[in-house]
Amino acid sequence: MFKKEMIAMLLAGGQGSRLGVLTAKVAKPAVAFGGKYRIIDFPLSNCINSGIDTVGVLTQYQPLRLNTHIGIGIPWDLDRNVGGVSILPPYEKSSNSEWYTGTANAIYQNMNYMETYNPDYVLILSGDHIYKMDYEVMLDFHKANKADVTIAAMPVPMEEASRFGIVVADNDGKIKDFEEKPEKPSSNLASMGIYIFSWQVLKEALIQLKDQPNCDFGKHIIPYCHEKGDRLFAYEYNGYWKDVGTLSSYWEANMELIDIIPEFNLYEEFWKIYTNSANIPPQYIAEQGVVDRCIISNGSEIYGEVHSSVLGGSVMVGKGSVIRDSIIMQGVRIGENCVIDKAIIAEDTVIGDNVVIGIGSEVPNRTKPNIYSGGLATIGENSVIPAGVQIGKNTAISGVTTAEDYSDGVLSSGETLIKAGDRV
Amino acid sequence: MRAVGIILAGGNSRKMQELTARRAVAAMPIAGSYRAIDFALSNMTNSHIQKVAVLTQYNARSLNEHLNSSKWWDFGRKQGGLFVFTPTITADNGYWYRGTADAIYQNLDFLRKCHEPYVIITSGDAVYKMDYNKVLEYHIAKKADITVVCKELAPGDDATRFGTIRMNEAARIEEFEEKPMVAHSQTVSTGIYVIRRRQLIDLVEHCAEEERHDFVTDILIRYKNLKKIYGYKINSYWSNISTVDAYYRTNMDFLRQDVRDYFFRELPSVFSKVSDQPPAKYNPGAVVKNSLVGSGSIINGTVENSVVFKKVFVGNNCVIKNSIILNDVYLGDNTYIENCIVESRDTIRANTRHVGENGVKIVVEKNERYAL
Repeated sequence: MFKKEMIAMLLAGGQGSRLGVLTAKVAKPAVAFGGKYRIIDFPLSNCINSGIDTVGVLTQYQPLRLNTHIGIGIPWDLDRNVGGVSILPPYEKSSNSEWYTGTANAIYQNMNYMETYNPDYVLILSGDHIYKMDYEVMLDFHKANKADVTIAAMPVPMEEASRFGIVVADNDGKIKDFEEKPEKPSSNLASMGIYIFSWQVLKEALIQLKDQPNCDFGKHIIPYCHEKGDRLFAYEYNGYWKDVGTLSSYWEANMELIDIIPEFNLYEEFWKIYTNSANIPPQYIAEQGVVDRCIISNGSEIYGEVHSSVLGGSVMVGKGSVIRDSIIMQGVRIGENCVIDKAIIAEDTVIGDNVVIGIGSEVPNRTKPNIYSGGLATIGENSVIPAGVQIGKNTAISGVTTAEDYSDGVLSSGETLIKAGDRV
Repeated sequence: MRAVGIILAGGNSRKMQELTARRAVAAMPIAGSYRAIDFALSNMTNSHIQKVAVLTQYNARSLNEHLNSSKWWDFGRKQGGLFVFTPTITADNGYWYRGTADAIYQNLDFLRKCHEPYVIITSGDAVYKMDYNKVLEYHIAKKADITVVCKELAPGDDATRFGTIRMNEAARIEEFEEKPMVAHSQTVSTGIYVIRRRQLIDLVEHCAEEERHDFVTDILIRYKNLKKIYGYKINSYWSNISTVDAYYRTNMDFLRQDVRDYFFRELPSVFSKVSDQPPAKYNPGAVVKNSLVGSGSIINGTVENSVVFKKVFVGNNCVIKNSIILNDVYLGDNTYIENCIVESRDTIRANTRHVGENGVKIVVEKNERYAL
């Protein structure tokens, strides 16, 4: 029988609806980040860098991009004879087939997968955080405390603590209590959604709660273990960790990468982030090109100006165009003499000449003010923006748009323009 | 599949000066992201040739490291694969490869065991894209014994470092001079050959019996009146990199949009080993004009008309002009580099000045690296 000390289960099935048009066609973990990467690259790279070579990736929402990205795991060295990466979608069973209804339910439905590897410990991860963490150190902590469950937690400013799931622990890290988004938090240790379970404890809890609707780790499994008197410990983590669940936090996390010495440093040799990248050619900066405080990925060609931005691979920036404070993903083509301020432009979108993005005043988005905020203009993948139009702030665009979609050639701040159909 | 591939990557070139002190010519970095052999390997895989032997002997460490996995070129297959053959001492042979024909002779078992009827032979030191199947079809149509791919050099280009060729109207090769003192023709051999496998085995065995070792002088030139040797002209981009000058010019060619489009955008793609470097980073103060920049580089200074490879650090107020900076070079603040090729993994101290006065200067500095 195979034996793996610890295997990882990576929850990658969520839509991430707060990323708006960015996740209209892909699951959040497959959204591009930091130029050449996708969000899931960070937990996957952490796994292999921590010596975990068996990773189950649970997918459900729009998994195509995720599946092609992960493949058989070659970029992360997760193509293994025993173990490696396995994609685990929901599947039909002889009775009682269902989707993954909650994080713990998804894990429960893959009990057989975990049993195959006969693990001592199971690491539960989510595919939507940007961080570097050595899970092996966390496992050592788990073992040293003879813990049943270890929850990674990080200190957050006290005034923000009421936005998180808070763990209250004593000096040794033993967890005394939980508070879910408390009004008056009694601790500032926020749970990061990273758990190590001793296998028997996890198995027992999953079986006990198998009939719990929408069974969730934070809401059901952890409280169950706590009430039962299991040894729960908080593993305090003090490095860089960023939830990129909203457009604003996603934009900020990208922008942090262009600081002179970024807090989250991709250039360190000893903890590399791996990704599946088809872009091999170098980038070209033309005679009249300007590159100032930005990161640009392989294969891009810059004929215009790029300031304070993050560019993916094979991006074309035409002559006379000026890009500022923006995230431009792989394969985007930007015409000539465009001015783009504070925009997020998803993959393979085509922007015509003389387009202006990010003008006007900050009017809240009319349909989804909570999603499209922060003054960002967000354009979904494979969209087309016709030449000469102007686009305001807090806007969202997706699909092939034509000049007729813009009254007087303008999409004013706060508007949303979603068209069906892909670019052909 | 109809053909197997052989890439002759054993060579050293004294004309590359210090650059090949560290590596075989086939392992020379090209165009910011590649190594020379990537072009031949990618052509092989794009021509659906699945079984490829790379023959190497000189300073092969860099090359072996580059070829440590065949998956980047899609060769790691049950049917076929990438074979790297260095000379080995056996019961009947105690020599290094004494020439190209000898290199093939020493690995004749590889050819004997194949079942594919044809062999494509190419060198590992040229930058080009080619569908070898087209040459193979030509070879079959001509009923040729050997087909030599040749290139018409531009008037004024130095043909004397190549084998020069003259063909008749039917494209049969009538004259073939290896590295002549005076070139009578601007048509040169590219070192790409198509030959029937059995034919190659016979010729190479015969050569070995006569203690001859070179494929060009002892087979092509010697047999040109006996065997039907035809020329096939390549009209697309082809550049051999085996002198410092040619190497420099080939890299600089990639600053031209047509060359970039041809190699970087048009299909089929050129593959290379994936290096897992982060995107290139431009800090405030970076001025980059008409230059290629590889991934993982961090630019703080000025770069003009240059090719900067992967993982290069350019310090504050540096000025780099008309130069090639190879992989993993660290340039301290206020460095001035003009008309140079800076060897990979070099560390250039702050305030250094290197200018190639008469032609390209090769910079090899082995300073300790403190920063990064």
